[in-house]
Amino acid sequence: MASGKVMAMRDAVARFVHDGDTVVIEGFTHLICFAAGHEIIRQRRRDLTLARLTPDLIYDQMIAAGCARKLVFSWAGNPGVGSLHAFRRALEGKSAGGGGLEIEEYSHFGMVARFSAGAARLPFWPLRNYMGTDLPTANPRIRSVTCPYTGEVLATVPALNPGVTIVHAQRADVAGNTQMWGLLGVQKEAAFASARVIVVVEELVEEDVIRSDPNRTVIPGMIVSAVVVEPWGAHPSYAQGYYDRDNDFYVAWEGVSRDPDRLARYLEEFVYGVPDRAGYMNKQPHLAARLKAKARLSQGVNYGF
Amino acid sequence: MAAVAARELRDGEVVFVGIGLPNLACNLARATHAPNLVLIYESGAVGASPSRLPVSIGDPALVTGSLMVCGMADVFQLFLQNGQINVGFLGGAQVDRYGNINTTVIGRYERPTVRLPGSGGAAEIAVHAQRTLIVAKLNPRAFPERVDFVTSPGQQCGGRGRRELGMPGAGPVKVITDKGVLEADATTGEMVLAALYPGVTADDVQKGVGWPLTRRPRLGAIAPPSATELRLLRDVLDPKGLFLKSKGDGKTE
Repeated sequence: MASGKVMAMRDAVARFVHDGDTVVIEGFTHLICFAAGHEIIRQRRRDLTLARLTPDLIYDQMIAAGCARKLVFSWAGNPGVGSLHAFRRALEGKSAGGGGLEIEEYSHFGMVARFSAGAARLPFWPLRNYMGTDLPTANPRIRSVTCPYTGEVLATVPALNPGVTIVHAQRADVAGNTQMWGLLGVQKEAAFASARVIVVVEELVEEDVIRSDPNRTVIPGMIVSAVVVEPWGAHPSYAQGYYDRDNDFYVAWEGVSRDPDRLARYLEEFVYGVPDRAGYMNKQPHLAARLKAKARLSQGVNYGF
Repeated sequence: MAAVAARELRDGEVVFVGIGLPNLACNLARATHAPNLVLIYESGAVGASPSRLPVSIGDPALVTGSLMVCGMADVFQLFLQNGQINVGFLGGAQVDRYGNINTTVIGRYERPTVRLPGSGGAAEIAVHAQRTLIVAKLNPRAFPERVDFVTSPGQQCGGRGRRELGMPGAGPVKVITDKGVLEADATTGEMVLAALYPGVTADDVQKGVGWPLTRRPRLGAIAPPSATELRLLRDVLDPKGLFLKSKGDGKTE
């Protein structure tokens, strides 16, 4: 569609993700938009600053594909499994070409606070943290401020205002009013902090559906630049009520990412080798049946007055 | 280890849960002596009641049937920094004499020998939880006198104590290992040997620790896992053996 916010992933990435941007694809284990990461790899974006609490497999893939100049993060592992090996090779100086990935490291609370400051358009956020740790030595952007009321010295982290934030969600309407449920991570803060927001959804719904349950809207259409409809766009991450996390894939990634050649072959087959998420799913016909969510409906509430 | 950790939890407490053994320990406690334990995961699930063993800290089973799901800004500001967390579980590649934990790098930060995942929520859990329990297997490389990098602060950092540094929580009160339990000394903050598993000597524990271990005058004897604890762990909580690797003598669980 040429008009309005609803567009294909290819067009959304072409329009709103530029070389050199600070890019945030958020989602804490849940609702991580792998489809967007793959499209950014396919369009060969370069020199990106990738920011996320948990880089997860998607940033490991983007680092391996050469998209990243810098990584801003707070926990860089394969959850429940082990390491992100493309990330480790880059930092341990074992990448072809010697690595060269710049990092800026916080804790989860620090990253959450950075997005909160960015979303509120404040320059920094105070938190009672980092006493006794070596993190402020490793990252001089973690500083402190003296409280003007109590005299207490508090840690501070700078606002994070991404160029573009990409959020996966269960559903949105054409205006980008976006509803999600299950683990919410920092998607709301990251979206409000960002200059541009791409929302990727499992389902496009009528405005009436959104209006029937307004407490479930996390991101309002007014801050959304593009709406992309891409079912299964979070796989191997998950969408509560739609499909389960593909834990087998996360376990298998250990072996794939450990070997740069296998990782390159993976990208060739499942990223460069397909045009979009539908193509990715067509290559794996048994995935949908294996991971489809069982029904566990909420009881609903009365919004009447 | 899971059974020993479970016994540290009191009914009604609010626990900040990590994945792996801590998760098993919390669910074992809930199934035995602490049915009203409230499990909070950093992913935002509060009062979780997972019907399967979560592989990751953001597993969808943590959401289904939980008391509350909130964003992570709420987890860290309204629960943790607010002081609502009684117990936090921590682990790491290195634990030192004062219970400082390293989950960041082995070697120099700028060019590490091994790059570890980093803090996640551990640094702030170490600061704010009213007390923390460290769970780690003994090995002299994992228990050096000083960690290469302090990710999560213990009882003393650079010669300064927690109160002086302004930390609200009591910090690591116990280190639960696969051979015995160390406890923080109330005066020095040092981790000292307090109790042994059946059939283990104090020298066995010393072999796994990289500093001269102080021993309490009277060492406690840790009871082996009961038949109920073993049945729950093996048949109900981790039937596929995802986190319980050794099933030989029950000691490493």
